[in-house]
Amino acid sequence: MALSRRLTSRSTLISHPLSAAFNRFISTDTTPITIETSLPFTAHLCDPPSRSVESSTQELLSFFRTMALMRRMEIAADSLYKAKLIRGFCHLYDGQEAVAIGMEAAITKKDAIITAYRDHCIFLGRGGSLYEVFAELMGRRDGCSRGKGGSMHFYKKDSSFYGGHGIVGAQVPLGCGIAFAQKYGKEEAVTFAMYGDGAANQGQLFEALNISALWDLPSILVCENNHYGMGTAEWRAAKSPSYYKRGDYVPGLKVDGMDAFAVKQACKFAKEHALKNGPIILEMDTYRYHGHSMSDPGSTYRTRDEISGVRQERDPIERIKKLVLSHDLATEKELKDMEKEIRKEVDDAIAKAKDCPMPEPSELFTNVYVKGFGTESFGADRKEVKAALP
Amino acid sequence: MAARIHGGAGAGAATALSTFNPKKLVAPPSRTNLPARNSKRYIVSAAAGSDGSKKSLLRVRHSQKLIANAAVATKAEESSAPTGTGHELLLFEALQEGLEEEMDRDPHVCVMGEDVGHYGGSYKVTKGLADKFGDLRVLDTPICENAFTGMGIGAAMTGLRPVIEGMNMGFLLLAFNQISNNCGMLHYTSGGQFTIPVVIRGPGGVGRQLGAEHSQRLESYFQSIPGIQMVACSTPYNAKGLMKAAIRSENPVILFEHVLLYNLKEKIPDEEYICNLEEAEMVRPGEHITILTYSRMRYHVMQAAKTLVNKGYDPEVIDIRSLKPFDLHTIGNSVKKTHRVLIVEECMRTGGIGASLTAAINENFHDYLDAPVMCLSSQDVPTPYAGTLEEWTVVQPAQIVTAVEQLCQ
Repeated sequence: MALSRRLTSRSTLISHPLSAAFNRFISTDTTPITIETSLPFTAHLCDPPSRSVESSTQELLSFFRTMALMRRMEIAADSLYKAKLIRGFCHLYDGQEAVAIGMEAAITKKDAIITAYRDHCIFLGRGGSLYEVFAELMGRRDGCSRGKGGSMHFYKKDSSFYGGHGIVGAQVPLGCGIAFAQKYGKEEAVTFAMYGDGAANQGQLFEALNISALWDLPSILVCENNHYGMGTAEWRAAKSPSYYKRGDYVPGLKVDGMDAFAVKQACKFAKEHALKNGPIILEMDTYRYHGHSMSDPGSTYRTRDEISGVRQERDPIERIKKLVLSHDLATEKELKDMEKEIRKEVDDAIAKAKDCPMPEPSELFTNVYVKGFGTESFGADRKEVKAALP
Repeated sequence: MAARIHGGAGAGAATALSTFNPKKLVAPPSRTNLPARNSKRYIVSAAAGSDGSKKSLLRVRHSQKLIANAAVATKAEESSAPTGTGHELLLFEALQEGLEEEMDRDPHVCVMGEDVGHYGGSYKVTKGLADKFGDLRVLDTPICENAFTGMGIGAAMTGLRPVIEGMNMGFLLLAFNQISNNCGMLHYTSGGQFTIPVVIRGPGGVGRQLGAEHSQRLESYFQSIPGIQMVACSTPYNAKGLMKAAIRSENPVILFEHVLLYNLKEKIPDEEYICNLEEAEMVRPGEHITILTYSRMRYHVMQAAKTLVNKGYDPEVIDIRSLKPFDLHTIGNSVKKTHRVLIVEECMRTGGIGASLTAAINENFHDYLDAPVMCLSSQDVPTPYAGTLEEWTVVQPAQIVTAVEQLCQ
């Protein structure tokens, strides 16, 4: 896809060679840049937002860096899985990074995100650290869920990241419940309940959507349409592949999910919409390079040509890289250095996580109940009864 | 100052519980063959099955005298309600009172379910609450158990305390995924980050010819889910107490009510109280045999107890109340005293609460048993519609009497 971009900012600043100003850290230049999304938005029952997205040098560079970090993390997880350090299920997000990044750029940490099992990068975007990710993937004590959750159960309460769920579709009613709580507490925040094209056929989605629309909840349903529900292509699973229209009476927007700026614009639009008018569906047209999980080679139901074709034409990181280079925000070499630095960061985190011990055996029984079984209760005479059953 | 409930006062305007001839029996004011329990401070600490240094306090729940219907004989203990005379109400009103008090006390408590708001609740448990608290706190949901249970759990993750009502417990089977995977497990899989303080409640059990799908007992299905607590209420006193405790608990609690018990009448204290979620209730202390029961079967057992007393037996009746975890302290002390156990439950035979309880008792108190643990449960059949067949599906007092006689030989 050809990139079209428009430069409307002061050209003097941009033409200045940034290699001096740009050291290995993200440039703090906040000169606004306007980027045009690659594709127009397709809307259902609403007016699509404009294609021009406000951005800045800092944002462009941070997009590149974080996406490269996410990509590197997922590739590293791939090798760790093959080395049998990560067991069980491992669902990788490479190819879909633009969705995580664009969404984070449009919202605050008060807005909640809940997703399914492809959650490593979203966790990172919400503020999780690489060390926590790898420790959890390897089942170590310092993992974000203390080693007891695994790949599919990453959570970060303080940044309103609600996980990390293994059962397809079950997180959407949870997400609408979080939106309900946000409305109940009169917080001006929204919830992004993410799911895939496979989960879009779950009944509980429509149940939750009905309630959200009925009660005017600030919930945004985000369908990450990577066109394959595990091994089943979307045209074999869904009669209507227009997931953004599935809401019927709920407005929807179809977004190019490989374009981080389109995602950012759409999420911003959706947040404003949800706070005023109730639920909205976003369909992110995206793609995953790996198979459904590490046990799936990913090539039995699609051709390698298709995968490499998407990688060449629509890769989100390449897109940002081209933008950065064309706006002269950094040189090739600097970006390469950045990538090397990222690789080192990831390797360091892995090494540290490998050193982390496994959880204590007593951890088996912690957190099953809150505060163990101890209770306090009292009869009508207000004398206390303390019970501490095993 | 003990409140005296005089016999004959308004005995039972409640519905008949069983198909046997209801005899309006009102227990005499105070049977003080038990030491008067004036000091109410008990410290209960126990490890299941271990004796040793643990105090074997035989705690007698100071259950108020039950003015119930249909020939249920209870020993009235010296009731130790301090001030006020208490007020009489029906079980569903007790639930409502508990719910209302908790909603008044904590603005995070909300109720969601089908027809709980404007309709007032299909069993009137939430009557009047929508008018008082508004639509945002008493929510009428569409018919989508899976989704609204999930929404309640999601809201609980952020700190709200929803009380989710299943119109009939059987309908909650549709929400089994949410209850099992999300409700029970999120606290664990998030490493303790999220607590899920929901209360899931609803009527279950075999009613009056309601048909197979509306007569389900789900306690057996939910009992293996790690991370949840289950309690079953049986009297207005413990219904209100358990409801309040369940709402205050940080853990997800499933409160099992019974369709036929909603119109039980009892006098409960005026002042605030809550019941311990993990504690069993001593209904009738005795010496010969321990009968463990819960929910509606408690009344069948008490009716059988009357017959047994006439025949010279002295059964000890314990309402286990806490279905998960079992109160093995109370049960264990009882087993150590009587050496015989009969479990009477309404659950199915296969994999029911009784089956787990039998296993637990055998494992922990094997040395104290003089006879094998006997368990009377409902038949492993879908509940038939025909009245006589339905009667034979559940345990009847006559069977309890026979079982006790058999065990006490």
